[in-house]
Amino acid sequence: MAKAKRRSVLKLAGGTAAVSLGGMAGILATGRTPAYAQQKTVHWLKWVDFVPATDQMFRKELMPQAEKELGIKVNLETVNGNDLQPRTTAAIQSGAGPDLIMAFNNQTYLYANSVVDLSELAEDVGKREGGLFKYARSICSDGKMFMGMPWAVIGGMIAYRKSWLDEVGASSFPDNWEAYRDVGTKLKAKGHPFGQTLGHTFGDAPGFTYPYLWSWGGKEVEADGKTVVINSKETVDSVKFMTGLWKDAMDEGGLAWDDTNNNRAFLSQTISATLNGASIYIETLRKPDQYQTEKGQPMSKDILHAPLPKGPAGQFGFHLLQSQMLMKYSKNQDAAKAFLKWLHTEDHYRKFFESQKGFATPCTAKWENDPLWNVDPVMTPYKVAARLGQAPGYAGPPNAKAAEGLSKYIVTDMYAKAVQGMPPEECVKWAEAELKKIYSE
Amino acid sequence: MAVTAVPGVEVRRPIPRLRRLEDERWLALALLMPTAVLLGLFIAYPFVEGVLLSLSSARVGDPGHFVGLKNFAKIWDDSIFRTAVWNTFWYTGVTTVFKLALGLWLAMLLNRHFKGKALVRAFILLPFIIPTVLSTFAWKWMFDPTFSVINWSLFHLGIITQRINWLGDPDLAMTSIIIVNIWRGVPFFAISLLAGLQTISPELNEAAAIDGARPWARFWHITWPLLLPVTMVVMLFSVIQTFADFQLVYVMTGGGPANATQLFATYAYQLGIGTGLLSEGAAISLAMFPFLFIIVVAQLLYIRRVEVR
Repeated sequence: MAKAKRRSVLKLAGGTAAVSLGGMAGILATGRTPAYAQQKTVHWLKWVDFVPATDQMFRKELMPQAEKELGIKVNLETVNGNDLQPRTTAAIQSGAGPDLIMAFNNQTYLYANSVVDLSELAEDVGKREGGLFKYARSICSDGKMFMGMPWAVIGGMIAYRKSWLDEVGASSFPDNWEAYRDVGTKLKAKGHPFGQTLGHTFGDAPGFTYPYLWSWGGKEVEADGKTVVINSKETVDSVKFMTGLWKDAMDEGGLAWDDTNNNRAFLSQTISATLNGASIYIETLRKPDQYQTEKGQPMSKDILHAPLPKGPAGQFGFHLLQSQMLMKYSKNQDAAKAFLKWLHTEDHYRKFFESQKGFATPCTAKWENDPLWNVDPVMTPYKVAARLGQAPGYAGPPNAKAAEGLSKYIVTDMYAKAVQGMPPEECVKWAEAELKKIYSE
Repeated sequence: MAVTAVPGVEVRRPIPRLRRLEDERWLALALLMPTAVLLGLFIAYPFVEGVLLSLSSARVGDPGHFVGLKNFAKIWDDSIFRTAVWNTFWYTGVTTVFKLALGLWLAMLLNRHFKGKALVRAFILLPFIIPTVLSTFAWKWMFDPTFSVINWSLFHLGIITQRINWLGDPDLAMTSIIIVNIWRGVPFFAISLLAGLQTISPELNEAAAIDGARPWARFWHITWPLLLPVTMVVMLFSVIQTFADFQLVYVMTGGGPANATQLFATYAYQLGIGTGLLSEGAAISLAMFPFLFIIVVAQLLYIRRVEVR
């Protein structure tokens, strides 16, 4: 079919005077959408960034620049992180929606059938920037294709109050679970317990419970991705330790927390430490007058970050990994791919990276040595988040089954049940039974 | 009565096509059509789609194939599902009893004459009018583990010394969502029952009073039986709504802690959307159907019996 040019449409409409009226008649006459609607629009759906400056920068600088340089129109839409999945599902099922959608963690595997392979771009960027980290590769690629283009890791580190730890004689944050419990016990006695969620919430709960399990030597499945091995002595030990830890050192309200409760509890000086993205610290920097210590100092000066403590089997982290999926139903795949490539060129990606001030860690090695990490030493611990992360479903692949275990909160609930009084062995058996149902299919 | 044509005025004859509507059967069909289309489009079609989905192995982005009742067998074997079934029954049962008792009580009070009656009646409806998500967020704050205003008040009144872990303790979490559901549902009961009360002729009560019946006897032998049909209909609506409740629990607890507040709808959402297992999600939603069907049929039969009597 011949392409409808703007001129022919206007001619058909009978002159330029009544574009709005005539345009409609013209469209009807040709049976085609007019030329001006044929300019490629790329619809990008992402989360509302926890760093508001980034979204402002996107809208004011980067998107207009992309539109100019690529000759496309960019429709940037931001939604709450929890709403990305319903939107993705609806879009895939109806076969229409955003061209690019942000995915969290191994959600990429859930949508593998409905996305376009981005291997070429991912490998190019990896090669150019000193290599893609294993964590990002395992979550975005199943070995055959890249289901998403790794975007960034939102590191989870423990934010803690330096002065309160000093008061109980801890000069740095405890680096193993025994010490963590000791220090936490002393702090809880003084009214400042550690705080951690064991609720049904996507970020902080699995961000704590998975690495905790791994650090004791527990794992959901063997490397074959089939044999469920969670019912081990290591796991039972970890559950037993958690029940004591919870009573002695933790804020017991944590069972009901969502991803925002610990921020508020920390900022209101209820808890002394919690695993979190850097948002607590960034918030205290933003509002130094509002958030002050009991001594009247800005709270930001009293916050430091540390990784989760070590266990008998080592030290782990599970950080929120974000990637962009190019949807198969998209009618603008070329434009969307070009836009994604454009976003990942160094100059453009840098704008995003710098606006985050360390909240997001890029997925390639090169950025780890960026001078940005030296600007604020409090943020430096986050620079290794992407290197050290490990994906759920370990030691198997982080595939759809692992994602099912994650979304059913099985590991988190195993600990939550124990804390609520169920015998540790039974909690582990419960988790084993649930995981077996998932992995047996 | 004979109709005489007015001379000079031509009697307009209906267009032949419309004459068909003079036939009552066609008219009935035409009048029913909009309702039938609406019901078909928004109730029957999604329902049939849901049934088909639950019998398939569909995941998001993968239409799957027919697997028979496999999904139902799988969820039957699922301990989280069984927890959700038990929770849903408990949640619906307890809230309905309280909503009925409190709603009836409120309706009786509102049925009396007092100053500012209209204003009070309007205010009573507020919990029902405010969007559920909005009011639930307010409740979530009131039950907040750290900043609960309820705990703060109880503490300062000297009633508690340690804070109550409203949403963190499994039993208290269930109690909390029950409280919020009751708070939200009582106005519906109260206003509907109030409407029912106003249809009861005061003369009946007066006559009974003259005969020496005490207030409780008047309520039990006159008001309650006459109100029963309305009560049953109100309960029917309430049970259906409560059984399929989603937003309240989703906002307050997300089904946690450790599935202590997981209901049919929240678990269906978690599996269907969170895990992309559309077929299993549909199976869980549909598993509600037989339970609801039995409850509804029982209530409808009862209503009929009451009405016949």
